[in-house]
Amino acid sequence: MTSVTPPRTAAEECARAALAEHGSERGPLLPVLHAVQEKLGCIPRDVIPVIADGLNLSIAEVHGVVTFYKDFRSTPPGRTTVRICRAEACQARGANALVEHAKRQLGVEFGETTPDGAVTLDEVFCLGNCALGPAVQVGERLHGRVSPPRFDALLGELR
Amino acid sequence: MTRVFVPRDSAARSVGADEVAALLERAGGEVVRTGSRGMLWLEPLVEVETPDGRVGYGPVAPEDVDGLVAAGLLDGTAPGLGLVEELEWMRRQQRLTFARVGVVDPLSPDDHEAHGGNAGLRAALALPPAEVVGAVTESGLRGRGGAGFPTGIKWRTVLDAESELKFVCCNADEGDSGTFADRMLMEGDPFTLIEGMTIAAHAVGAREGYIYIRSEYPDAIATMRAAIAAARERGWLGERVLGSELSFDLHVRVGAGAYICGEETSMLESLEGRRGQVRAKPPIPAIQGLFGRPTVVNNVLSLAAVPWILAHGAAAYAELGVGRSRGTSVFQLAGNVARGGIVETAFGVTLGELVNDFGGGTASGRPVRAVQVGGPLGAYLPVSQFDLPLDYEAFAQAGAMVGHGGIVVFDDTVDMAAMARFAFEFCAEESCGKCTPCRIGAVRGVETIDKIRAGQDREKNLVLLDDLCTLMTDGSLCAMGGLTPMPVRSAVQHFAEDFR
Repeated sequence: MTSVTPPRTAAEECARAALAEHGSERGPLLPVLHAVQEKLGCIPRDVIPVIADGLNLSIAEVHGVVTFYKDFRSTPPGRTTVRICRAEACQARGANALVEHAKRQLGVEFGETTPDGAVTLDEVFCLGNCALGPAVQVGERLHGRVSPPRFDALLGELR
Repeated sequence: MTRVFVPRDSAARSVGADEVAALLERAGGEVVRTGSRGMLWLEPLVEVETPDGRVGYGPVAPEDVDGLVAAGLLDGTAPGLGLVEELEWMRRQQRLTFARVGVVDPLSPDDHEAHGGNAGLRAALALPPAEVVGAVTESGLRGRGGAGFPTGIKWRTVLDAESELKFVCCNADEGDSGTFADRMLMEGDPFTLIEGMTIAAHAVGAREGYIYIRSEYPDAIATMRAAIAAARERGWLGERVLGSELSFDLHVRVGAGAYICGEETSMLESLEGRRGQVRAKPPIPAIQGLFGRPTVVNNVLSLAAVPWILAHGAAAYAELGVGRSRGTSVFQLAGNVARGGIVETAFGVTLGELVNDFGGGTASGRPVRAVQVGGPLGAYLPVSQFDLPLDYEAFAQAGAMVGHGGIVVFDDTVDMAAMARFAFEFCAEESCGKCTPCRIGAVRGVETIDKIRAGQDREKNLVLLDDLCTLMTDGSLCAMGGLTPMPVRSAVQHFAEDFR
């Protein structure tokens, strides 16, 4: 009898590369998950058994960690993620009005992506820009004093 | 060519510092990117080197650059703010921990040493570990993350614990709204944090350290990683640090969007690769911490205060402050404030001095109504309490807390019942779920406040709300559930009219 190994998916390859890079660190699960998400934009379901096997953990343990942390997604986000700070210091500068404006402009709720796949809108609690609020993060880039017109200008740069 | 300093701090970049730096370079300036001085309302703040010192211009918008250069910015003759260190905001501060932030190029090891860096580490390495711990104890330094536990006593416990393997962990999961000093120190002077952690390693006998930085801080993560690589190259980390017997290496770990991981045991779980759920204490981390080993867990600002203490002596640090709150603290003015930013000064400064004298009142120009001190778990205080001195004990007595030193200002348009509701909403969102008072209590709290705001059995529901607060305070496993009642109760106590 001959055994046939199913071909590995790209996601699986990515998980194996992350395991090779971080597997020998202490407590490697979060670094591995971050590496996978950076490449794939999310942690696809089918890589969880691969990661579990590579780190000698149960699938439940890995699934538990992936679902605990807000950063880890099960589906890829839009081309750009826009996160609006909703914490107290930004609320004191009008963050709630900005949130309403953003949802209206984009036609999505937090956690949703625009139909054209351009923007995923989300909330965040504090970006450490508390003296220059309202603060918004576009991709990895931080923006301060974001009034509704400035928000529209930032969106304009993305489209 | 004139040296021109433009911050690379992410707050300064958030309002256009990169564009300003590029334009100044094109105009012929030799641009050096520094951290931020912490005068955030002046960002982007441009400083020009002159024989008398650095002359400041700010806030400089990209469209201002041509005009300023034509008026003589590059030789410091254009009209501007004057000498930066002579500004009242700077002169009234005592910058020990933040002495180099905004001054040095954060990634230049030469700059670090030229501005007094590594003096504390060299002094520490010349002492036996117990004496380093003794100095930190005598300085009176207490945990700047919020709990205020004496740092020296924590270190003593780790030093006395028998183990082949010990760890130093830096809690840089600065999730409290209104706080940004950890971020600014990591982006503006990362070598000082590395130095503080190395001193801690020598003091307790650790060889390995971790800095746990929240993922919301990509610039701080990049800066710390680059600084660690540079420090290794210089022999400031690794085998035989600065030629001594000490071997110590350091790693950055990135959080994943969980506020609870700022709680120390939850952070340790996360570092071990698990869900960030809190552990019951005891055992305390100093005895059984990371991977069950004796572990120092300190906030960024606690560790970054240590090099100054070793370089200048414990007595010099302990001389500052009031009561049992010794030394300086790095306060952060945030929210609706005219002049927001970093104020490092000795404990004992009053809330009013910070908000009115430094902060200049609200940014909106309306009257201040409330300030929240110490993050989302801190109390809301009215203007009538502005005489309170910033001091751990005085704040505790007033039913409040200093926490991580963040002060968020609100004007008279704030709805305090909505803020109390938000405190519960935040707790419900961020609770790790391990203990019932926090997991369920936060949700019940939102519902109860909704009833009160809707006028449904108001008096009865206010009694119920107070009962729920008592239960969460007494029954929660950690400060998340245990302190969420603080903003709620203080809002009800000081702003009762908003709940009617």
